[in-house]
Amino acid sequence: MDKTLGDKIPEFNKKPGSGSGGVGLSGASFGLGDHRTKLEVLVIILVAVIIIGGAEFLIYAFSVPQYVLPPPSMIAAALITEFPNFWPHLLVTLKELFIGFAIGGSIGFVLAAVITQFPFVEKIVTPYILLLVTTPMLALVPLLILRFGFGSEPRIIAVALASGPMVMINSATGFRRVDLAKIALARSFGASTFQIFTKIRIPMAMPMIIVGLMVGSIFGLLTTIGAEMVGGAEGLGNRLTYYSALIRMPQFFAIILILAILGISIYVFFFWLGKKWASWEA
Amino acid sequence: MNAKPEFPPSAGTDTVKMAIRDATKFYQTRTGAVHALDNVSLDVREGEFLCILGPSGCGKTTLLWSMAGLHGLSSGTIMLGNEAVTKPHPEIAMIFQDANLLPWRNLQKNIELPFEIKRKPPDRERINKLLDRVGLAGFENKFPRELSGGMQQRASIVRSLSVDPSVLLMDEPFGALDAFTRDEMNLLIQEIWMETGKTIAFVTHSIAEAIFLADRVAVMSARPGRIAEIYDVDIPRPRAIDIQTQPDFIERVLHIKSRIEHGRGAAAGFAIA
Repeated sequence: MDKTLGDKIPEFNKKPGSGSGGVGLSGASFGLGDHRTKLEVLVIILVAVIIIGGAEFLIYAFSVPQYVLPPPSMIAAALITEFPNFWPHLLVTLKELFIGFAIGGSIGFVLAAVITQFPFVEKIVTPYILLLVTTPMLALVPLLILRFGFGSEPRIIAVALASGPMVMINSATGFRRVDLAKIALARSFGASTFQIFTKIRIPMAMPMIIVGLMVGSIFGLLTTIGAEMVGGAEGLGNRLTYYSALIRMPQFFAIILILAILGISIYVFFFWLGKKWASWEA
Repeated sequence: MNAKPEFPPSAGTDTVKMAIRDATKFYQTRTGAVHALDNVSLDVREGEFLCILGPSGCGKTTLLWSMAGLHGLSSGTIMLGNEAVTKPHPEIAMIFQDANLLPWRNLQKNIELPFEIKRKPPDRERINKLLDRVGLAGFENKFPRELSGGMQQRASIVRSLSVDPSVLLMDEPFGALDAFTRDEMNLLIQEIWMETGKTIAFVTHSIAEAIFLADRVAVMSARPGRIAEIYDVDIPRPRAIDIQTQPDFIERVLHIKSRIEHGRGAAAGFAIA
């Protein structure tokens, strides 16, 4: 007996015949998607305990110097006691990320919606967008600092430049999935072009739009931190260079912990958004 | 075919509801123009059940979409009463192949789509009555993927009837269903038609389905699409599924089939059942 078939009920999911092209990072999947049993959750927690406890033990056992790797307990202590010092920098990073992503994301979304309506324009513009996607926008930060100084502006611009094309290229893939029958359906009840856009095209593109927003915001976070490391005196990225220069490793790792939590939160948020708005497409 | 009609046609008046005159349609494609419809003239009578029968690619869907005002003709006119149909008309509702529900909306939201588009509050009482009538009461919160093909098509029928159109255009609505569900749906649509007195134009490529449902069957020939012949079907109603196995019914099927074969040389693309 075939093992993969086993006792499975012979049912096949019929996929709607919509051509979703493989442009950009369209493959980015929502890895949290699988349902986990209690046992699996327990094992995941257990693994975390073993890693953290093991690290604590090994660092003490081999008396690893603090400037190489501080024990987890010291990182946790630094995170709690020095959080008031981290807080303003966290706010700066969040502000830059949020404003930059809002600008880049909305421009990317609108551009995708408009451009996909004109196949000729789309064919011309796509290679340039691809160039923006593949070029690390971090490389522009020194140039932007020359022009805009050491404030938040160059970082916001870099974040917008990094996240916008990601949102655009994925959203465009979504908007390209035209289902003529569904448009005809709306039209047959007298829908205007704008109603077809809001009631058919956007929901149809929503799964890909959410993937674009997720990938774009993660790229935005990378760029924010990178840009803060390049110059200026604020933000979590700046704190990383600051604490490493002073060899204050517990604080350094505490900042890294905050960044990890930030990244995970963004991912979970868009995963939840996907569940809510795009669950019709498993 | 020597059986004389013993019963008068059971429904349909002589008043013309929709008049199609010299409808011609070319599609422009990369490889040149495709001649989809050629001088099609056809009357749809008020309250009748008209089936448009033809092989795949004969232009019957093109004809129906033109009647729905979804796309224009190259030449010719389509009239609804005294009005020319050039864009979707509130009196005309379309029922599509494969139900065509929106997968991101639950049943309730799918059925309320026409009201949303027309910016009117949904007629809940009418919708609930219709849902009850087709056996979908209690499924309002289900999503299309959770329903069988037959249930999806029932929902799409409710969606179209909810706005109370006088003409229903049906584009091979049951083509993707299995034979049993299809019989069920054919009975249901016959009942709904008898109860509501709507004018129905029903496109199909099944000769048996056309004869079972129709007062008149308009047979189309392919490339370019033309009306080849029109047959009256005077079988009394309500018609039961098992009439399809009776000699008289089979004789009608074979008659149409032989005429098509005679006319075209071969009737490729036609299904008997």
